Amino acid sequence: MAGIKNTLKFDWIIILLFLSLISIGWVNIYSASYTQSGGSFFDFSNIYTKQLLWICLSFILIVFILALEAKFYERFSSIIYLVSLITLLGLYVFGNNVNGATSWYLIGPASIQPSEFAKAATALALAKYVSDIQTNMNGFKDQLKAFLILALPAIFIIPQPDPGSALIYVAFIFPLYREGLHFVYLLLGFFAAALFVGTLVLGAPWIALIVALIATGIFVRNKKQKQKPSVFKYATIALACISFAFSVSYIFNNVFEQRHRDRFNIVLGKEIDTKGIGYNTNQSEIAIGSGGWFGKGWTQGTQTKGNFVPEQHTDYIFSTVGEEWGFIGSLGVVILFIFLIIRVLVLAEQQKSKFARIYGYSVGAILFFHFFINVGMVTGLFPTVGIPLPFFSYGGSGLWGFTILLFIFVRLDASNYYYT
Amino acid sequence: MRKFLLLFIVLVTALVFTGRLFYLQIYDTSFAKLSENNAVKTVYDFPQRGYVFDRNGSLLVQNQPSYDVMVVPREIKDLDTVAFCELLHISKEKFLKKLSNAKRYSPRLASPIIPQLTKEEYASLSEKIHKHRGFFIQKRSLRDYEVSHSANVLGYIREVDQNIIDRNPAYELGEIIGMTGIEKQYEQILRGTKGVKYIQKDRFNRDIGAYKEGVFDTLPKRGKDITLTIDTALQAYGEKLFTNKRGGIVAIEPSSGEILSLVTAPFYDPGLLVGRERSENFTKLYYDTIAIPLFDRGLKAEYPPGSPFKTLTALIAMQENVVSLDEKIECRGGYYYGKRGRKLGCHEHKSPINLQGGIAKSCNTYFCTVYKRVIEKYNTPQKGIDNWKNHLTSFGLGNYLGYDLPVGSKGKIPNSKTYDAKYPNNNWYATATISNAIGQGEVLLTPIQMANFTAAIANRGWWIRPHMIKNIQDHDTINKKFELKNKTTIDPKYFEPIIEGMHDVYRDGTASFLKIPDIEICGKTGTAENFKKIDGSVKQLTDHSVFVAFAPKDNPKIAIAVFVENGYWGARWAGRIASLMIEKYLKGEITRTDLEAFVLNGSLEQEYNKPYAGKPFKINQ
Repeated sequence: MAGIKNTLKFDWIIILLFLSLISIGWVNIYSASYTQSGGSFFDFSNIYTKQLLWICLSFILIVFILALEAKFYERFSSIIYLVSLITLLGLYVFGNNVNGATSWYLIGPASIQPSEFAKAATALALAKYVSDIQTNMNGFKDQLKAFLILALPAIFIIPQPDPGSALIYVAFIFPLYREGLHFVYLLLGFFAAALFVGTLVLGAPWIALIVALIATGIFVRNKKQKQKPSVFKYATIALACISFAFSVSYIFNNVFEQRHRDRFNIVLGKEIDTKGIGYNTNQSEIAIGSGGWFGKGWTQGTQTKGNFVPEQHTDYIFSTVGEEWGFIGSLGVVILFIFLIIRVLVLAEQQKSKFARIYGYSVGAILFFHFFINVGMVTGLFPTVGIPLPFFSYGGSGLWGFTILLFIFVRLDASNYYYT
Repeated sequence: MRKFLLLFIVLVTALVFTGRLFYLQIYDTSFAKLSENNAVKTVYDFPQRGYVFDRNGSLLVQNQPSYDVMVVPREIKDLDTVAFCELLHISKEKFLKKLSNAKRYSPRLASPIIPQLTKEEYASLSEKIHKHRGFFIQKRSLRDYEVSHSANVLGYIREVDQNIIDRNPAYELGEIIGMTGIEKQYEQILRGTKGVKYIQKDRFNRDIGAYKEGVFDTLPKRGKDITLTIDTALQAYGEKLFTNKRGGIVAIEPSSGEILSLVTAPFYDPGLLVGRERSENFTKLYYDTIAIPLFDRGLKAEYPPGSPFKTLTALIAMQENVVSLDEKIECRGGYYYGKRGRKLGCHEHKSPINLQGGIAKSCNTYFCTVYKRVIEKYNTPQKGIDNWKNHLTSFGLGNYLGYDLPVGSKGKIPNSKTYDAKYPNNNWYATATISNAIGQGEVLLTPIQMANFTAAIANRGWWIRPHMIKNIQDHDTINKKFELKNKTTIDPKYFEPIIEGMHDVYRDGTASFLKIPDIEICGKTGTAENFKKIDGSVKQLTDHSVFVAFAPKDNPKIAIAVFVENGYWGARWAGRIASLMIEKYLKGEITRTDLEAFVLNGSLEQEYNKPYAGKPFKINQ
């Protein structure tokens, strides 16, 4: 067995990227949360001191994760998944309400957010199911089962309410596509999103008119080319699109709450509001925008110091980077994230085990989704969706959730060369 | 394909984010400003304005402390408006209006709500103001005038308003700016540099300490003092002489171009435009459209100069070599010209008369004759008149003089274009412009231009741009343009006979009763016809009384032009005032007390009321 041990090679690039992100993240949390009048560094009521503790504890976690057999994760994936689902459901009985969402268990001084751990569990379960030799990703029944695996935790998370965390489960469409899910599903998703945004910007009647015109155009063109035009097909698709547009409009106006509508309207440029709901995004843009090329310097950010950006040490931590480290610094962070995601995806492709490949791909997709939505939100490109920036945002559960997610893959990857 | 889709999306995302960051951080620079507005409070420490001294070093303007009630609209809490208005002695409507103005300027920044409390008001308010959240008292320095004259020279200051700030972003609300006179002209010197303190704030607008430990904070720098060329005693005396009269005095030291006195009447106490009553007083002055006290007649009023202009006509005629000193010209009670024998009248005097006598007796015929020769020396009247104008331009006439006060008029010297436009087919001759010879017709001068050409005569052919500034604190020199000698186009040798003629005016001419013992004065009287549009119809009013003079004849110390509106003939008012001013300046005291008493007690108010009394009236009584 000694020979096998020698071939156990951890991917140091991922580990280095992880360490860089986690330390840069902490430096920014320090700047965002320290006060000049604050107490001693080792006072555990300081946010930055607590985060340092979580980071230290996460190293113990890493050692533990890496010490386990790779096979363990594959074998116990279903159990881990079930436990995770139970903890999510348990919130409805034992959970505590923090900031308006029942997403936490309070155990003594610590609080644990199970949805942060459910992502890794779901990725394991999905990898296990899809890698099963009997699963056929082109069969409707198996597609439905795979969909159920990733939808269940999302369905449990939405009513907490935490739609942001639930949204992340959309990321699993990428590993599924990678494993043979038909491209149509992706297209359908994108097309629905385009129709959705289009309806909100232009209104359902316009969308109906445009869809009808396009359908008529294709129909006429096909007729000229003497193809047999299928009136029924085009009419059905067009009607489906139009009814989708109207139902979006209906849902937006009658099912969404005003705060959701506000968030969308501000990002779509339909409303300008710098005081109410748009305040976060506006302040965040000001903070980032005032950074210039090189930023104002660490702990010198006036926006950051003045606490103008709400939740700056959690979801909006990237605005501190933008203000204090400037374009160069924030670009550096973007590049670190992109490198990490690409490294994970490239390693996933190299996995000999299908399970490890799917899991790795899921890790890449989840990290990417978090990064994409969070930075998009902080820079004012997307609506305000409350999800953290991996390894950066303050929070023990989040940090540990991402650490577990990433290091299970590091462990799987390390066994890649002897384990088939 | 399946392997690369997500990778592709990741890379596109990286590009989009890079672009977005570039846009926010580099391309769009407005965010940096927004961030400062947001997080850093700027507190200004207003500097003291520089003092103003007269040419002998006596203090004209200094500063006094003043207290403004300031408001930060969004910090107001539980305000008892009625009680607060009572405390401030202000009506509720006015208070609410001011408050809404302040809100519009900025809900977060301080704006003045009651400017310039008196010391007593400050004393009673300073104990109570802290009870009203959102309000505080800011100390500032205001002008304190040591003299009650020279408002037209000194000008006034006021608080900047939004319009001024929009045009001049270096100013902040609550700051002071010079609006007229010296205060405006030397604003940059007098103003000083305001001190700045930057205070870091959090999003609840609470101060959380100095921004960057105060490295950007600066101390205020006091404005520089300036010394003016005016003589405060002369200035006060000039205004006193103009009691109940309208018009202006400009006195210049010929050798330096320094303005010794600049008086406009009616005048007002500069102290009226300081303090809480400022805006009411200003409104009163501003809307007096009949006496127009804010109109600086010495600089802005354009009058036909009348007879003093004859000295220039004579100088040009000699320079153009169209008349000799000895040539005598016969006057038969007037100058006859044109095909139908039109006549420009003259008064009784001995005839024929030479140049020096022409000046002394102010003979219209003499000057019309030589003027016609000047114009007709060239083959077209166009060339003739342009050449004539060229000579006058060299005396600083027909354009702004370039002195250091912010208002002025060009006056008017006609040229060929003036008449080409007036007469069809350019068909006009020297005689059409003949009134120019005697300073009527198309010629208009401002009193300072008249004083300036008198100084040029006194200097025998050159002049220095008139100016107000004598010295600036910490500056070795003043603007070089106030030291430059401007040469006239007239040969210096032609000035002596003119000066002799002007001397004769005092010796045995129109001003012989205004002689000053022991001082050789040269002068020239003038009477300018005066037309004014009243209620839509042009009416002739009593002539303006004009006088120019310089003294002593050799080595002149003062050149003066005096203008008295509706003062009738030159020696009647303007000549008397000029004579007294010269005596006051050269001797320091007045020996001719009966003359002084006559001028001080004389009033032209009745004359000024005539056109507005609604009854038919006679002029030149």
